Amino acid sequence: MSVLTERAQNLIEEFELFDDWMDRYQHVIDLGKELAPIDESFRSSDYRIHGCQSQVWLQPGQEGANVQFRADSDAQITKGLIAILLRVVNDAPAHEVAGADLAFLDQLELKEHLSPTRKNGLDAMIKQIRLYAGAMAARSSQSS
Amino acid sequence: MNSIAAMPNTANTPDLDAVRAAFPALQTEVHGHQVAYFDNAATAQKPQVVLDRIDQYYRQENANVHRGVHTMSQLATDAYEGARERMASFLGASDSREIIFTRGTTEAINLVASSFGRSFGPGDEIIVSAMEHHSNIVPWQLLCERTGARLQVVPVTEDGELDIEEFPILLNARTRLVALVHVSNSLGTINPVRRIITDAHGLGVPVLLDGAQATPHAPVNVQELDVDFYCLSSHKMFGPTGVGVLYGKAEHLEAMPPWQGGGDMIEEVSFTGTTFNEIPHKFEAGTPNIAGVIGMAAAADYLETLGWSWIKQQEQDLLGYATTQLSGIEGLRIIGTAPKKAAVLSFLVGATHPYDVGSVLDRLGIAVRTGHHCTQPLMKQYGIPGTVRASFAFYNTRPEIDRLAEGLRRAAQMLA
Repeated sequence: MSVLTERAQNLIEEFELFDDWMDRYQHVIDLGKELAPIDESFRSSDYRIHGCQSQVWLQPGQEGANVQFRADSDAQITKGLIAILLRVVNDAPAHEVAGADLAFLDQLELKEHLSPTRKNGLDAMIKQIRLYAGAMAARSSQSS
Repeated sequence: MNSIAAMPNTANTPDLDAVRAAFPALQTEVHGHQVAYFDNAATAQKPQVVLDRIDQYYRQENANVHRGVHTMSQLATDAYEGARERMASFLGASDSREIIFTRGTTEAINLVASSFGRSFGPGDEIIVSAMEHHSNIVPWQLLCERTGARLQVVPVTEDGELDIEEFPILLNARTRLVALVHVSNSLGTINPVRRIITDAHGLGVPVLLDGAQATPHAPVNVQELDVDFYCLSSHKMFGPTGVGVLYGKAEHLEAMPPWQGGGDMIEEVSFTGTTFNEIPHKFEAGTPNIAGVIGMAAAADYLETLGWSWIKQQEQDLLGYATTQLSGIEGLRIIGTAPKKAAVLSFLVGATHPYDVGSVLDRLGIAVRTGHHCTQPLMKQYGIPGTVRASFAFYNTRPEIDRLAEGLRRAAQMLA
């Protein structure tokens, strides 16, 4: 089992603990609050993810061969969703993240309860994470 | 407005339960709750009579209009042109030739921009306001790009009213058109359009009103207003989507060039030149939205049968009650506090994002709009990303508003 799949599985189990939808939302909101802040210089249109009704900024980063993203949003539920994504991809090898389908979000049963605009935003975020990871993986393989 | 007195139970007063029962979509269950539908300014629900009329058209009368000698085509044409008469009387127009069917308010404005605006040139000015919907900004910007004309913007005050003192200052000999929203979709403000029209006409400047949010709430009489162009959308006044009206004074419409070419809008076509049909047909190229037009007329019938006085009383009661109930919520800030408002309540809860509040409310079966409501310049002026908007219709109830207040308290707690 890849590290990504394992982490996704843990998240799915974690979310299964909540029967009530409001509690599930509360958990998403709380996860967002734990997100590490981004550097202010990344709070710009260059790093903004388009397609979200709320504003989302993604700060790419790398530690060795592993990705290390940070992100922020002005909406708390969005921020929580980012936190969930980053919990899965951060500290994972860039080449794995670049190829990941990140479909685990469907299993959290979160995606189907999001508005279409939010879903588009989330898809845009996933796409951007994979693009960055792809570029990082390419750089790592060139330098090694 | 804040009167809590029960409505008099006279024979002329519609029964709210019976009214609600006539709207099938109000019975929809959302996440285990009966929906509390507060997104009426985006689109209103449709009464059974409108659905039945559309169904009947397709089942029994469906044929193309203005074409055939056969009976069904004649039936369809009668229904379609009857709907034009109906919409003329709905708007108080003296002549049904002044009613052009469009896809909605947006297309009506684009029609005027494209056709009436064709003669505009460099240095000409069009006056809009800072509270316009994008559909009453962007068509004019496109026209300005094509012609070199300029937009002038009437500012909006802190409480969400037009800065009416600024209007005469902007009005001048270069002004070719004033295009204003009658009732603001994001704030609910009812604009003093009569005064604006009088001022503009004083300088010989025609006025277009975006009536999308006005026609669901109150009767409009274009002759009394003496307005030059008036636009409405069927779907916001309990009719089907994809259809609306451009009212235009005949003198303008007759002088205006066609804007789309095709069947029905021509008199005679040849490769050396084509002559155009009379108004209104000159502006209706191609097979129109026949079912939509007929359904819209049924919605106009429905509203007038219900009665404007009851509709207004019910909506003002809901607005007053909601304003009181929501004002009691800690940190809730109402955006748009003009004294004359339609039943629209835009607000923010503390520092929470409208999107988060809307998502929590949705889980509780409460439908509100969140975001900039297609009025980005206005949101920028207030320095906010958007608002949560609850927009009421006559079929909403006080217990639904209690659910909204309770839901907002819960959202505020979760997002704290």
